Amino acid sequence: MTMSLQSTPGATQPNWLDKIGAGHIFLGIALVLYPLVASDFFLTQIGGYSLIFGMLGLSLMMLAGYGGMVSLAQITVAGIAAYCIAIFGDNNSHLLGFGWPWWIAAPVAILIAAIASSLIGWISVRTEGIYTIMITLAIATATFYFAQQNYAIFNGHSGYAGVRAPAFWGVNWRDPKPFYYLCLGFSVLAYASILYGSRSTFGLTLQAIRDNPRRMRALGFNVTAHKVFAWFLAGITGGMAGVLLVWFNGRVSPGTIGVDAAIDVLIIAVIGGLRHPIGPFLGALVVVLMQTFAIDLVGAERFNTLIGLVFLVIVFISPDGILGLWAKFKPNFSQESLRPGL
Amino acid sequence: MAENDMASPLQGPGAYALELDGVARHFGALVALSGINMRIAAGERRAVLGSNGAGKTTLFNAVTGDFLPTAGRIRFFGEDITDLPPHERIRRGLRRTYQISQLFKGLSVLDSIFLACRGVSRRRFSLLRPRLNDVNRVQAESILHAVHLDSDRDALVATLSHGQQRQLEIALALAGAPRFILFDEPAAGLSPTERRDLVAILNGLPKHIGYVIIEHDLDVALRVSEYVSMMHNGRLFKEGTPQEIEADPEVQEIYLGGKHG
Repeated sequence: MTMSLQSTPGATQPNWLDKIGAGHIFLGIALVLYPLVASDFFLTQIGGYSLIFGMLGLSLMMLAGYGGMVSLAQITVAGIAAYCIAIFGDNNSHLLGFGWPWWIAAPVAILIAAIASSLIGWISVRTEGIYTIMITLAIATATFYFAQQNYAIFNGHSGYAGVRAPAFWGVNWRDPKPFYYLCLGFSVLAYASILYGSRSTFGLTLQAIRDNPRRMRALGFNVTAHKVFAWFLAGITGGMAGVLLVWFNGRVSPGTIGVDAAIDVLIIAVIGGLRHPIGPFLGALVVVLMQTFAIDLVGAERFNTLIGLVFLVIVFISPDGILGLWAKFKPNFSQESLRPGL
Repeated sequence: MAENDMASPLQGPGAYALELDGVARHFGALVALSGINMRIAAGERRAVLGSNGAGKTTLFNAVTGDFLPTAGRIRFFGEDITDLPPHERIRRGLRRTYQISQLFKGLSVLDSIFLACRGVSRRRFSLLRPRLNDVNRVQAESILHAVHLDSDRDALVATLSHGQQRQLEIALALAGAPRFILFDEPAAGLSPTERRDLVAILNGLPKHIGYVIIEHDLDVALRVSEYVSMMHNGRLFKEGTPQEIEADPEVQEIYLGGKHG
């Protein structure tokens, strides 16, 4: 093979530092050093919470940005993982609670969430566009009401409380610093996997199906199977977020998976931008900061109005969300981000 | 019988690349296709002519499974494919291009052709990035060269000119090991130079690859085909060699817009 096969002609084989990129290295160092300057409140309520919801937004970004399937059921998938942790592990709600160790309960919870996600995908892939949004909203709403009214498994509207994050290696992982690093580790894993995967064979098939499913069939691809597999992968990401969420809150109830929360995930992904996996994390940070501090700025009566207005302004100025705003100030970034998956 | 099986047109059921028996397609009360019977030998190159609305593209859609026929059977190299989903037909060696380009605007040219090669290969679900020496990638590079898109290999499909998009349409149909290709107006909107390139590409295809071509430009259609089927109002109404068809007064009446009338 000659050098002409290289995507950057004339350049030597890039080393791993170049591959990761200066932006990622800088961001990584900042995130690792963040606990040195942040209070416990900023570590968990802002940092950890943003990372968890960033992962949820990421699972939506993968489906919507690469696959063209907008889902409102990502919080439902996370909620299934959260309920599984409460049921398979320990809780103090005097219902179920099998007492499995975390290293069995967490993987099984994530797997069940991914299978549930595949099922939701399998139901909704027959639809397109706004009908996918409608059918996933219907599934999210139905799951919410089912959880609220079912006492045998979901413990009704009170749900499960007293779920504890694991403690091992002499570390209680619910303590602020360990929990922040736990969220950061899972987020980096999900982010890097999806960024890498966007240029994988499957990542390319997903983007091609988004652009033209009919042609993909005429190239020998089973479009339905590829879409359902995308839902499975998104379910793993969503399931990981759900496990962290229940460890963080210590409880899970129908309110966790309500329609409000489902819409929050959509807002996070849209505010951040669907073109690149970093978008949902930016969106999550903005939304979490607003939800935390808007109440101090404008009082309890009007804080949702402020959040709504900021959402409107961002989408009005830049339909591509924060990523699009960024691109306006850095033209070379915009050109780069046009390439799917960077 | 030392002859290559696929090249000998007269033996067994597999001798025909494509057999249509009474294929019909209705859209409600509208009859788009009715009672189409067709035998096309392996390696044969056939043109399908007819005015707009004659049912040519509907015929292609029935063969590839984009839209299923409402009646009739379709056999591909002897195998009944009437009930197979489109992707299964493609994996058996059928290919097609579209009259209106059906491409992936967010992908690069090379990635598009790579997917076309991977679609009829293995590891379609691979979560790994294809390596530079991946067999499907190497195939894609050579197809890229064959359709003269080398200099646009990394360009986004959305940025290609109309002519380049038509070339990419053809590139996608050449991927893998096609046995039979359906070309739907490949010359639509091409310049005279591009048309000459197209004729060269079609005539340069390996002899065992047969095709059906829908083409309004008789200069192209009659130079790249051995046999011609005329369609009118959803029916096949005349077949013959390019010379016979060109000379037929009835054909001129219908297809050439009544040249002599």
